[in-house]
Amino acid sequence: MNAPVINAGAGPSGTTPVDALVRFQGVTKTYPARRGSAAVEALAGIDLAVPRGSILGVIGRSGAGKSTLIRLVNGLERPTHGSVFVDGVDVAALAEAELREVRRSIGMIFQHFNLLSSRTVYGNAALPLEIAGLRPAEIRARVEPLLDLVGLADKRDRYPAELSGGQKQRVGIARALATKPKVLLSDEATSALDPETTRSILDLLGTINRELGLTILLITHEMVVIRGIAHRVAVIDGGRIVEEGDVFDIFTRPQNATTRSFLADETGRNLPAFVAGRLRPEPVAGGQTVLRIVFRGPFATHPVLSQLSRALGIDVNILGGAVDAIAGRPFGALVVGIPSEAAVLARTLSFLAERGLDREVIGHVA
Amino acid sequence: MSPDILRLIAQSTADTLYMVAVATLLGTLVGLPLGVFLATSRKGELLAAAWANAALGLLVNATRSTPFIILVVAIIPFTRLVAGTSIGTTAAIVPLTVAATPFIARLVEAAVREVDQGLVEAARAMGATPIQIVAKVLIPEALPGIVLGLTLAVVSLIGFSAIVGVVGGGGLGDLGIRYGYQRFMPDVMATVVVVLIVLVQGVQSLGDRLARRVNKRLRRA
Repeated sequence: MNAPVINAGAGPSGTTPVDALVRFQGVTKTYPARRGSAAVEALAGIDLAVPRGSILGVIGRSGAGKSTLIRLVNGLERPTHGSVFVDGVDVAALAEAELREVRRSIGMIFQHFNLLSSRTVYGNAALPLEIAGLRPAEIRARVEPLLDLVGLADKRDRYPAELSGGQKQRVGIARALATKPKVLLSDEATSALDPETTRSILDLLGTINRELGLTILLITHEMVVIRGIAHRVAVIDGGRIVEEGDVFDIFTRPQNATTRSFLADETGRNLPAFVAGRLRPEPVAGGQTVLRIVFRGPFATHPVLSQLSRALGIDVNILGGAVDAIAGRPFGALVVGIPSEAAVLARTLSFLAERGLDREVIGHVA
Repeated sequence: MSPDILRLIAQSTADTLYMVAVATLLGTLVGLPLGVFLATSRKGELLAAAWANAALGLLVNATRSTPFIILVVAIIPFTRLVAGTSIGTTAAIVPLTVAATPFIARLVEAAVREVDQGLVEAARAMGATPIQIVAKVLIPEALPGIVLGLTLAVVSLIGFSAIVGVVGGGGLGDLGIRYGYQRFMPDVMATVVVVLIVLVQGVQSLGDRLARRVNKRLRRA
């Protein structure tokens, strides 16, 4: 029943030749069995590339394996099989001491910020530099511009307990950037924040990506995060990447059931309750056929529906939908009802096909 | 009370303070690193050394489960080895330290275990070595708990110090027993008790204030 689909992005095999700063190659991670519980396969064959300078978002439910995935990049977790390359170096093969060096080129921010309560804003941002053995003057020269960047210069000598959640995450970001990393790992960085603060933190991350050219790998369970800043998205479920590609493509033409369920609340994919409750698989005489029409890119602003009723004389009943922008490109999804007649449906579908719109028969209502 | 008795009380107070202070200092010097080690050396932890952890844990438990009065007598040979004598105030510091060290170690261990593991993970992600994590993350973050633990240790040591009279350790407790009890001088006994109460109160409120000062988790208005 799906509309014809072209997935513009790379396939899940990740074989597209891109300049990947981070690359997972055949990665599996199995946690050994413990007393009373069987072995857990957290990751089952991950191939994934994060192109240099881009923002890749990995979305999945809790337990999908995304936490493990991001911790493989800086060696907080080791893969059972496979390799994880960061700028050409296989971190999975490094000894602990070598790994410590590599970690200094990888910044990380956390859901619960993980700031030291005993240190001020400045002290927290300075910590990675102290660890790297820089002198106080060098540390100051590095940290103060960063506090300006994240907008916390006036909170320099405050302790985390005196800050809001958004301010704490800004400290976390300043701290993560202190060692001038090649890649920033974001572990559910906005999940503990309210929507407005989430927006401002995402904007900050977007700015950092653009202005510093920093590659960002983020994991989240919220589509709004992906939609807010990611360039590419990978959907993880049961330890596998089930779908991966350009954010706009995945949002507008999701293939996988998991992806669809994530998108249900976004982009008008949810059916209105009064339609969903009455939906039947078979046509109803004298009833309506329910279609979802997806407008992508330039089509989003075309007056297609009015053309449809004028040109074909079909009464179109709008049941629900949304028009929005995703990854900066216009996008709309409309749920409409047309008279339940085979001929009408065929004419409507071909009309929409001629205009390059995605269409999908969802069901029928009386 | 005669001036002699007053002088005795003053001398005993000084003895108690001396024994408790030195025992706390030495107990902390050994107990702090021991506690940090106990907190971080179990299997899969930062300084993973399961065998050493188990052995030290056993030693700590053995010392802590020995009643103090028995410990004082049992380690007399050790005391003589360390202090050159087994009687007197300085000699009494040895059993007090032996009792204080595992006590402080357990208190420090508990405080260090309270530190959020997320902070350890963050420090590891920065490329910190285990020693750096201990010095820059665990101890500073556990400091309010450590200060409260040390306060508790000092208060306990003031109590323990009353027992070292059996080896001629002197101090307020010894004075109370010998004069207040054995010579039937209730005014001496009462004075000793009051001085002890004042000491303990003073130590406790000092410790509370210090702990509050180093605790940056509290939002100050």
